[in-house]
Amino acid sequence: MSIGKSLARIGLPRLIINITVLVVVALWVMPTLGIFVSSFRDKDQLTVSGWWTAFSSSERNEAGRLGGLDAMKQEGPLYVISGNVLEGKGGAVNAFGTKAVAPRAYKAGTEADLGDGIKLTINSDGAYRYTSTAPFTDDNTGRRVYLAVATPPVFTMVNYRNVLTGEGIGQSFVNSLTVAIPATVIPILVAAFAAYALSWMSFKGRTLLLAAVVGLIVVPLQMSLIPLLRLYNDVGTFLGVPSKTYAGIWLAHTAFGLPLAIYLLRNYIVGLPKEIIESARVDGAGDFEIFTKIVLPLSFPALASFAIFQFLWVWNDLLVAMVFLGTEKDKLVLTGALNALLGSRGGNWEILSASAFVSILVPLLVFFSLQRYLVRGLLAGSVKGG
Amino acid sequence: MLSQIVSALIVMVVGVFAAAAYFYLTNRVLDLALPDKGDVVTASRNLRRRAMIRPWLFLGPAILLLTIYLIYPVIATLILSFYGRDAQEFVGFSNYLWAVNDAGFRQSIFNNILWLAVVPAACTFFGLVIAVMTDRLAWGNFAKSLVFMPMAISFVGASVIWKFIYDYRGEGQIQIGILNAIVQYFGGQPEVWLAIPFWNNFFLMIILIWIQTGFAMVILSAALRGIPEETIEAAVIDGASGWQIFWKIMVPQIWGTIATVWTTITILVLKVFDIVLTMTNGQWNTEVLANLMFGWMFQGGGDSGRSAAIAVVLMLAVTPIMIWNIRRANEEMKGR
Repeated sequence: MSIGKSLARIGLPRLIINITVLVVVALWVMPTLGIFVSSFRDKDQLTVSGWWTAFSSSERNEAGRLGGLDAMKQEGPLYVISGNVLEGKGGAVNAFGTKAVAPRAYKAGTEADLGDGIKLTINSDGAYRYTSTAPFTDDNTGRRVYLAVATPPVFTMVNYRNVLTGEGIGQSFVNSLTVAIPATVIPILVAAFAAYALSWMSFKGRTLLLAAVVGLIVVPLQMSLIPLLRLYNDVGTFLGVPSKTYAGIWLAHTAFGLPLAIYLLRNYIVGLPKEIIESARVDGAGDFEIFTKIVLPLSFPALASFAIFQFLWVWNDLLVAMVFLGTEKDKLVLTGALNALLGSRGGNWEILSASAFVSILVPLLVFFSLQRYLVRGLLAGSVKGG
Repeated sequence: MLSQIVSALIVMVVGVFAAAAYFYLTNRVLDLALPDKGDVVTASRNLRRRAMIRPWLFLGPAILLLTIYLIYPVIATLILSFYGRDAQEFVGFSNYLWAVNDAGFRQSIFNNILWLAVVPAACTFFGLVIAVMTDRLAWGNFAKSLVFMPMAISFVGASVIWKFIYDYRGEGQIQIGILNAIVQYFGGQPEVWLAIPFWNNFFLMIILIWIQTGFAMVILSAALRGIPEETIEAAVIDGASGWQIFWKIMVPQIWGTIATVWTTITILVLKVFDIVLTMTNGQWNTEVLANLMFGWMFQGGGDSGRSAAIAVVLMLAVTPIMIWNIRRANEEMKGR
């Protein structure tokens, strides 16, 4: 409220602010909207028209064939072949032509004079009338015509069906879930115990440990990759198991998420009312009971915040998955599969858009349903205080 | 497929139970091994010992994981950067010498600096402006939520989204990428945006700005709300203009938060990898350190020495912020 008032003093009229924010929001939503709309469009329409025209008819070039000699009839002095070039397909003919290079030479409904007394009319519904003053011969029947056909917008789920089954996105979706669920839950318990010890137990080296945790938050993952890859290979060889397993990536994600988890939870747990914990101590409860019966239930909002963070981070991660799970097709998570499709299906936007939307669907659901906790976690993680 | 999810769920349950069992059992064992019964001297000595040991039981798994996955690798990478491609022979500083003379590395450093100069500033600026503007709107929260949304989208997903925007079809064809369509509508020539050296960096940066502005906005918005009303009222009484209030009263009070947002995004920019890999894979002079490092890790059988040297450079770039963060956290904790 205070800022609102002071902004009024800055002197920006309300209308301008409304319009500016509207433009900003439109700019921010437009990219995602483009992919979303495209993923439901018919493949043929997608390649010939921008997604912003998705709700109006699109025009594409088609070829049709006029009838043969057997369809010829005589009407007075004229020989006539008639029929429909669209042959039952939907759409409306905007224009037609007899050469591939000029498919729009004549407007629909007008008469095209093709010379030698031969004339052709194609109406917008596709019905044509092909007339000649002399009888038709084999040379000028069965003629190819080129059409500019406007088709009504077609929306379909076919793209989704294709990517889920044909492109391996379904398998990748399962892989992503397999990675993300344990990698979100396991670190919470480990971090919560550590955070409790760092807030309510006194021991030597506590300050140092806290400083280390804060420092480790920003260590680039790149520093960890090479030695861990070697370690995994060695352990794999030693135990006679593959080095790239789900267990391996769960542990990696758990460890990489720990510094932030401990920091966030510690900030929250240290702020719990001292009286509650002290009085429990007086009543003879040990640290273990205090933690499980009092601290853990009270910390639910912080645990939820971290869980959302970790889930989004694991689900959206590409680097850790590529290094620790590998890039074989059946092991790709959604981000990896999407990256592979960008290479192999670079221009096939019906596949890319549907795949991309499958991959961002879960995070978006999490985001919109649990935004409150996400914001709270962000604030606790970066702003002074908890 | 289904069995895979079921096994993941089982692992999750087993993992949680194992962790819970570890904490429960070790605590029980400690209580039984050092009973607080018997004569007063022994009991009090046991209690003291318990209090000394128990924190480490709580911290044990976390410390173990952090050591294996973060502390050990940092040291190992540092050492590996002084060894050859197979980590066999000691080569001194030659990996670093190679880096300094390598065109790809120089290009990456240049691009990283470019990213650092543009992205944090742009995110913070847009975030602040949007936070201030949406604050007085009835539909402000809805608007904020939509600007914040890209935060949930992966870098790879965002890359696909933006690649569609930059899509290029040959001249004379109908452009289905919205950027080229707009350019064409105003009579310009469609371009292959990602292949224009130097400027293509900015087309990649836009993606990160699009994702991170929401983050800056949320945090700055909370900080703005924390500004005491009185300071602004006082300024008004003293006859300050709107711009003076914004720049001299509001901005200084949230300076700490602006710095936090700035550094957080700086760290993220240094590590940016996915966007470059998926959009250009470093082609057309868009290489950055993180992608270069990833490339050297695997290409041609991998060169762990060079790759490690590049990682160390990244680590050095992060270190000042790390120290600043630790200092700030320490000061905060003293107050508790």
